Amino acid sequence: MLSARQIAIALAVVLAGGLGWAALAPVEANNRDAVFEIPPGTSERRLAGEDLDILPHTIRLTLGLNDVLVLKNGDKAPHLFGPTLIMPGQSFRLPFTTPSINSFTCTAHADGQLNIIVEAGPAPGWPRLRWRLRGLEDRA
Amino acid sequence: MIALRPNPRLRSFAAILLVLLMAAAAAAMVASRDQRREPALAEQTHVMKAGIFDPPEMAPDFSLPGSDGSDVTLARYRGKVVLLTFGFTYCAAVCPTTMSTLAQAHASLGQAGKDVQVIFVTVDPARDDAASMRTYLAAFDPTFVGATGEPAALAKVREKYGVTAVRQGSGPDYAIAHTSSIFLIDREGRLRAMMPFGHDAGDFVHDVRILLNA
Repeated sequence: MLSARQIAIALAVVLAGGLGWAALAPVEANNRDAVFEIPPGTSERRLAGEDLDILPHTIRLTLGLNDVLVLKNGDKAPHLFGPTLIMPGQSFRLPFTTPSINSFTCTAHADGQLNIIVEAGPAPGWPRLRWRLRGLEDRA
Repeated sequence: MIALRPNPRLRSFAAILLVLLMAAAAAAMVASRDQRREPALAEQTHVMKAGIFDPPEMAPDFSLPGSDGSDVTLARYRGKVVLLTFGFTYCAAVCPTTMSTLAQAHASLGQAGKDVQVIFVTVDPARDDAASMRTYLAAFDPTFVGATGEPAALAKVREKYGVTAVRQGSGPDYAIAHTSSIFLIDREGRLRAMMPFGHDAGDFVHDVRILLNA
């Protein structure tokens, strides 16, 4: 028979194990895509003089969480979108594997540049534990 | 059967621990859900180091005077994997780095490298004629082919690939800011991927092997 003290100790051990796992286990997300899409009708709207801001000037990605830049062209015309020319109905999927600051030529922006900042995922320990708890809050 | 002593403090403590344990278990469930990954996604995101085009389309072909004395076209290299890049021989940093990386990758491929062709299209036809490109490229790898031509023809090729080239400065020592990515074209002539500047030779070897075996 277990005493209340023994139960408490057992629970504490399990709790410490759980927290330790949450603080140290690698972080990976189910869907790591950061998706930006040129909507249908964009070419017509641009021809009509509309100033469309589809792609942010700076995109921040986090390794292990959202480290795949996905650019989709839903329009019927080719578009120079971010770092490359994308044909109608085509997507461009660019993975990042290291923390880095990337500048691409991008005619969609006034200064002709698209910046992609790739940051490391939450470090083991308190930052990772805090990130997981925040994820838990977001899902609640 | 568990016999709890009627100690209110211990029972409260155990209850708090139980709540915390449930919270930790919920966090663990959320985290483990984060870790589950679909094989298809893993394939899509991790098979190639370069950015991939989906679906791939035929790479725009061109015909430009080559550094080897023949016209350079993509059709000429059908059956090979083509690594296509744009630059100029007076480039101080980006182009030498790219060409050096591609030369290293080509060498690392060994026999398989025979099925790989590097094409370097100039963005500076005023200074890059066929002879100077041949000399420049031979310093990296004698199998590399350069392409030059009339400014309008070169501009048309750049447009087809979404490549930009902007002259910077005046006088004889001008530079050209240009797209520094490398396009990966498969054996069938389809534009499959684009490798941004900065990747090492190992990444090219990795991706070229995938295209060679596709």
